[in-house]
Amino acid sequence: MAGFCPGERRTVFPAAFDYARMHSAEEAISALAQHGGDARILAGGQSLIPAMRYRLARPAVLLDIGGLNDLKYLREEGGFLRIGAMTADMTLERDKNVRSRYSLLTATSDVVADPVVRCVGTVVGSLCHNDPSGDWGAASLAARAVMVVRGEGGERLIPIDEWLVDSFQTALREGEMAVEVRFPVPEPRTEGAYQKIERKVGDYATAAAAVQLTVDDSGRVTRAGVALTAAGPRPVRVEAAERILVGQLLSENLILAASDEARAISEPFADNRGGVDYKKDMARVLVARGLRQTAQRLNITLGASA
Amino acid sequence: MTTAERETETTEVDPTRRVTLKINGKAYKQDVEPRKLLAYAIRDTGLKGTHVGCDSSACGCCVVVLDGDTPVKSCTMFAVQAEGREITTVEGLGQTGALHPLQQAFWDQHGLQCGYCTPGMLMTSYAMLQHHSDPTDQEVREFLGGNLCRCTGYNNIVKAVQQAAQVLRDDKVNQLANAATGGNA
Repeated sequence: MAGFCPGERRTVFPAAFDYARMHSAEEAISALAQHGGDARILAGGQSLIPAMRYRLARPAVLLDIGGLNDLKYLREEGGFLRIGAMTADMTLERDKNVRSRYSLLTATSDVVADPVVRCVGTVVGSLCHNDPSGDWGAASLAARAVMVVRGEGGERLIPIDEWLVDSFQTALREGEMAVEVRFPVPEPRTEGAYQKIERKVGDYATAAAAVQLTVDDSGRVTRAGVALTAAGPRPVRVEAAERILVGQLLSENLILAASDEARAISEPFADNRGGVDYKKDMARVLVARGLRQTAQRLNITLGASA
Repeated sequence: MTTAERETETTEVDPTRRVTLKINGKAYKQDVEPRKLLAYAIRDTGLKGTHVGCDSSACGCCVVVLDGDTPVKSCTMFAVQAEGREITTVEGLGQTGALHPLQQAFWDQHGLQCGYCTPGMLMTSYAMLQHHSDPTDQEVREFLGGNLCRCTGYNNIVKAVQQAAQVLRDDKVNQLANAATGGNA
């Protein structure tokens, strides 16, 4: 949870709830239909359980999908890397294909919480939680991910921009569960970076930025994804920066212009991680660092101007 | 919130149920509410090696290992979720007189000061070594990043994990050699 401060009221145990272990996605979906808004899906639980312990979440019923091994998968299919709802962050981190070809996802999974949390916490669960300080939101925006949700009426595909509605709110409708997230398989000459400042290992981001670029043979940017963590009520895509980058040859001046847009759009909250001005400036700095790192990964030497 | 308020707001439901927790190969039956956290359920069996440090998912003192290779903060999991899983706690690593190579290494390298964080350090290291038998110093530091030591005894902890990794690798080589020679080496 974002914004936990010492001195806030704390309770050790969550409020009472009923618990049911699910044996299939279909069972979970019909249980969701039965319980209406009172039920929550429990996947890795690494965000939900702390939220329940702080009484920030009080679901009456938990539907545990932890045993659904058919939702534990990571495979390329139909132009997408498909990640099942029970696939832990650590699975991505240990996957050789992801490490060699998905630099943005690798950079992100390496800094989500701490390794023990990543062994249990899931990518889809994080996107369902939609904490504006969670790392997967910005990474998914920059990579143009698609969520897959299933209800009694069938499946819906939801672009990530529409999925991330507001703080802790998604486009999930009552009776639906998220079953998968899809990341487009990177085109040739696609690289990315995730830059994060945190107070200590495993903390939520003070500020963070996700970047992904595709360039053509001449080094001209053909696709750009730039997004921010902890810079507003939801993960933020910096469209103005993307527009500045697309069609241009990467240069130090271009990076400075694009990263200024990150500062302009950033609307962070002041908390014990830092004040508003500091965090806005860190959004700028981290986008610039992410773009430089991406250029390096693309073997592009940056001149002052193209 | 006062204690009285806390008590009144949590008396709505009492769906106590019986779970069987398989800890270090032994089955423990327990009546739990679904909201009972695994760390507390483990400690209620009498196995007190699993420590609750911060009680907020931050410190890693309560780490246990599930199904032989997955570390989990047992304060961030409900006991009901653990039914059917193999749970290994620090008591399952070794015993007095027959320490696990990790425990021996923490002893040899003085990888502890007050010792409160040690069970979590041991269990996280144990899980890491299942996937990575030859970690660098940096990799050990990164994997143990979520385990906090208030005494800041980190350097010796890293040395201890490195020693244990070496011992376990040597053991494996010896076992393979023994198997190849029919145990007559």
